[in-house]
Amino acid sequence: MTARAGALGLAAALAVALALPFVVSNFRLFQFTQVGVYAIALLGLNVLTGYNGQISLGHGAFYALGAYTTAILIDHWNVPYPLTIIAAGVLCLVAGFLFGIPALRLEGLYLALATFALALAIPQILKYFEHWTGGSQGIVLSKPAPPWGMKASPDQWLYYFTLAVLVILFVLARNLLAGRTGRAIVAIRDNPIAAQAMGVNTALYKSLTFGVSAAYTGVAGALSAIVIAFVAPDAFNVFLSITFLTGVVIGGLASISGAIFGALFIQFVPNWAQDISKAAPWAIYGVFLIGFMYVMPFGIAGALRRVAARAARRGTAARA
Amino acid sequence: MEIFFQQVVSGLATGGIYGSVALALVMIYQATDVVNYAQGEMAMFSTYLAWTLLNAGVPYWWAFFGTLVISFVGGVLIERVVIRPVENKPILTIVIVCIGLLVILNSVAGWIYSYIQKPFPSPFPPRPIMLGTVVFGAHDLGAIGVTLVVLAFLYAFFRFTTLGLAMRAAAQNPVSSRLCGIRVGWMLAIGWGLAAMVGAVAGMMVAPIVFLDPNMMAGILIYAFASATLGGFTSPGGAVVGGLIVGVIENLVGTYVHFIGTELKLTVALAMILIVLVFKPSGLFGRAAVHRV
Repeated sequence: MTARAGALGLAAALAVALALPFVVSNFRLFQFTQVGVYAIALLGLNVLTGYNGQISLGHGAFYALGAYTTAILIDHWNVPYPLTIIAAGVLCLVAGFLFGIPALRLEGLYLALATFALALAIPQILKYFEHWTGGSQGIVLSKPAPPWGMKASPDQWLYYFTLAVLVILFVLARNLLAGRTGRAIVAIRDNPIAAQAMGVNTALYKSLTFGVSAAYTGVAGALSAIVIAFVAPDAFNVFLSITFLTGVVIGGLASISGAIFGALFIQFVPNWAQDISKAAPWAIYGVFLIGFMYVMPFGIAGALRRVAARAARRGTAARA
Repeated sequence: MEIFFQQVVSGLATGGIYGSVALALVMIYQATDVVNYAQGEMAMFSTYLAWTLLNAGVPYWWAFFGTLVISFVGGVLIERVVIRPVENKPILTIVIVCIGLLVILNSVAGWIYSYIQKPFPSPFPPRPIMLGTVVFGAHDLGAIGVTLVVLAFLYAFFRFTTLGLAMRAAAQNPVSSRLCGIRVGWMLAIGWGLAAMVGAVAGMMVAPIVFLDPNMMAGILIYAFASATLGGFTSPGGAVVGGLIVGVIENLVGTYVHFIGTELKLTVALAMILIVLVFKPSGLFGRAAVHRV
């Protein structure tokens, strides 16, 4: 019952996503492309924090690494943009794996602390390597035109392009998490000692999860550089990392669909709140972060799951 | 050599400020096992309160102690209202709640006081003090002095008063303390209040140097993390010593290692945190955490 409802919901969401470019303006479409980009980043963070239980307050750093990889490859060497996304993913996979190795020795709070420091330090590092990153001016790119003489605006093309990447990455993540590997990842979160006793190589899995998570976030960063056609260090400050954390918490920890809800939230709610005051979006983030932890610790996806489960129970009870 | 001493002394001054924020972090960590990510923003908010009092014409030291009292009450309230409901939840929950608190305090300060930098007065005379051929700012020396006074006060409080003893007991063994009639919940709240006070002192000491704005504590917080990590999260004295060491290292590295300069200051803190966590996770003076399996 719930499985079929889930499949139906998925098909409906996909249909809406495919039809979107025909009904909304180019600017709105650009915003929805951003939602797709954020969703990939949130999924990456959720694999690490939600499923594996490693707290990262510094995923903005990998987002920045992905974005700058793409921007530099395009700007300095004219590499075709789809290739730069793959390069960004691979680079972040390696970087995440390497950061994951010292992170193995850091439990809970200390990992949060080290990643928090990383998030705070990243804009300075970006500004420092001015020759490559263009310093605080950043790098300006141009939006790619649709290929094969398609009659679409660049915004429409980038929307479909992002959507395709999103679908591929979501399917990959689902397959990864639903199988043996996924069980190992979750087991490490719930009881590392028991996981080890069952023969799970905790150290390897934890650093690999870190790498995969970073790769997802890096791909998202690369896409964002192409979609926005601009990168600058101050966009990758510590609040970006906090935004990701907020998105994961609100969408739902340890939930794949949660990434979409979280991305919709972090894209649209701050825009509305901005009308009240410049500071209001952050105040709202803070209130939501704390409020969700009190009343909906598994976010929107968790709440939906609970509603669906209750409806299914009632259905079977009525039939019996 | 003169430059060297000059840098060491001004490093000690900023180090004293890092040390006081680190001290506040360690106090909360020891009492409640929470690393308070909002510590910096709490200090920033207290400093704004002090600024408000000063602007209303209150004399400096009245405003100073008034701010301490308000901060204490504020810290207790935050523990009672925000932290208490998640006290025994997983670390992830607590980290998220603290981050939420950080964001709220930061944005509310921006909302009320705007993001424009404000000057903040120093209680010490502006003239420099000569020791031999080395020149010190009076504020630098004053800040070191104030940090030492705070440390002495806290040491005396925890060592010689019944309340201090009760707080230490509550942190070390909550169950037995409760059986002895100590109100453990309130001890934790008082711990947050004291930490807020120490943070307020640090905020008021650092504001004359970096100017007052809602984001002023971000850089200081990361250095305070580095100090607490270096000194050990289980050792209050270690946190202060760690702060002084970190302050001096920051200055010397900035002066003598040219590719770093002042542009990579935060990266230096990051590197220090990672190095300590990887090679000596319990810090210089901390106890290694022992888990029963």
